[in-house]
Amino acid sequence: MTGEDAGLAPLACKGVVKKFGERTVVDGVSLAAHAGTIHAVLGPSGSGKTTLLRILNLLETADAGSVSFAGAQVGLRPRQRRLDDAQRSARLKSALVLQKPVVFNTTVRENAEFGLRMRDEVPGEMASKVDAALARLGLSGLADERAWRLSGGEQQRLAFARACVLDLTVLLLDEFTANLDHANVTILEKAVRDFAAEGKAGVLLVTHDLFQARRLADEVTLLVDGAVVESAPKAEFFDSPKDERTARFVSGDAPM
Amino acid sequence: MAETILLDIAALSLFISGAGTLLAAAVGVPLGSWLGARDFRGQRILKALLYSLYGLPPVLLGLLLYLSLSRTGPLGSLRWLYTVHGMILAQFLLTLPFILGLTWSAVASVERPIRDTAKTLGAEGRRYLATLVKEAKLGVLGAVMVGFGRAISEVGAVIIVGGNIQGETEVLTTAIVKETQQGDFATAVGLGLILLAISILVFASLTLLQERGRK
Repeated sequence: MTGEDAGLAPLACKGVVKKFGERTVVDGVSLAAHAGTIHAVLGPSGSGKTTLLRILNLLETADAGSVSFAGAQVGLRPRQRRLDDAQRSARLKSALVLQKPVVFNTTVRENAEFGLRMRDEVPGEMASKVDAALARLGLSGLADERAWRLSGGEQQRLAFARACVLDLTVLLLDEFTANLDHANVTILEKAVRDFAAEGKAGVLLVTHDLFQARRLADEVTLLVDGAVVESAPKAEFFDSPKDERTARFVSGDAPM
Repeated sequence: MAETILLDIAALSLFISGAGTLLAAAVGVPLGSWLGARDFRGQRILKALLYSLYGLPPVLLGLLLYLSLSRTGPLGSLRWLYTVHGMILAQFLLTLPFILGLTWSAVASVERPIRDTAKTLGAEGRRYLATLVKEAKLGVLGAVMVGFGRAISEVGAVIIVGGNIQGETEVLTTAIVKETQQGDFATAVGLGLILLAISILVFASLTLLQERGRK
């Protein structure tokens, strides 16, 4: 399941290239997310993972290649100010959770409601969805707190609740448990697994953490220096890697 | 000076400064946040121009407005010279650069992760702007406070445009000038104390509002 058979995948990209000045950060990447599965994009820091996610979430323009959402071309064009219709529907069906916890300067509940409000959700529906999402992330008791009073782990759980409460087809996670303690990592990883198990959305998980990929992923892609080294189902990726660099990375050595 | 006259003068001061500031906020806050939400060519030049207006001497603005509003001037047909309308216009023009520029800076300082998160959750257009303004609300409120501070303490422009006509366009600052020139220092000091009290009251309540927004 790579970019080649991406046909009607909720989210796929083909040959994506991104340069910052002379440096090529993303170098011809093709990959896809599939409903109900977790796809881990693994790689050392500085391997272009975050930039790739930003391109997939239409926050950044690619220099070459394409991004498609349910078959429609949606990649952001240079100097584009407003999203077109296809891009807008892709945006509304996907969400990105950043590495550093980001909360708005409102209450926990209002934070969790943010995306639903942008989708003009009716108040009754919104309340029950938000209650459920906050409960799932263990935040029910904090609903009326100001979000910035929360600990880093709680804030990241809120950021996750705020995304997964939406009716998504793709959830993008950028090192979403980096710097968190074990308890928070456990809660968040379970939430991701549950979210994927609902089967409605695919999860694209960017991480440098080999063990997290092993715990969560159905499919793993190794990215080194912005290029795909190997992409395979988890068992194959970890147990019988084809590329020598994958073998070295999996065994804990540097991939290059 | 009778107490009722004093109260009238104080009320007119508040009204003119308040109206000028509110009008400037009605223009400056939306426009400033629109500018702060984007990167565009020439924004540095525009900002430098705007900042240079921070130093615009009110007396000079008053003179230019006087010439524009006088009978033969381009705005002469409004007949706003020596009227409250003219004074509100002066206050509007004096405070607009501050409110616009400071709102611009406040919204521009909302960090990229917040902007990205708002976008990724589906905020677009006006709702995206509203989100940024909400995140920058302390700074935006501060911008309006600075505007009001400039308006309420201003004397040069309103005295030229308003003419300091007793019972019509006389405000606290211009009355202080008049009483001082006439040697009635007790009244001048009294007026000054009222002006100070109004400033403290308005700023204290706005600061409390700001503090509440922080929590």
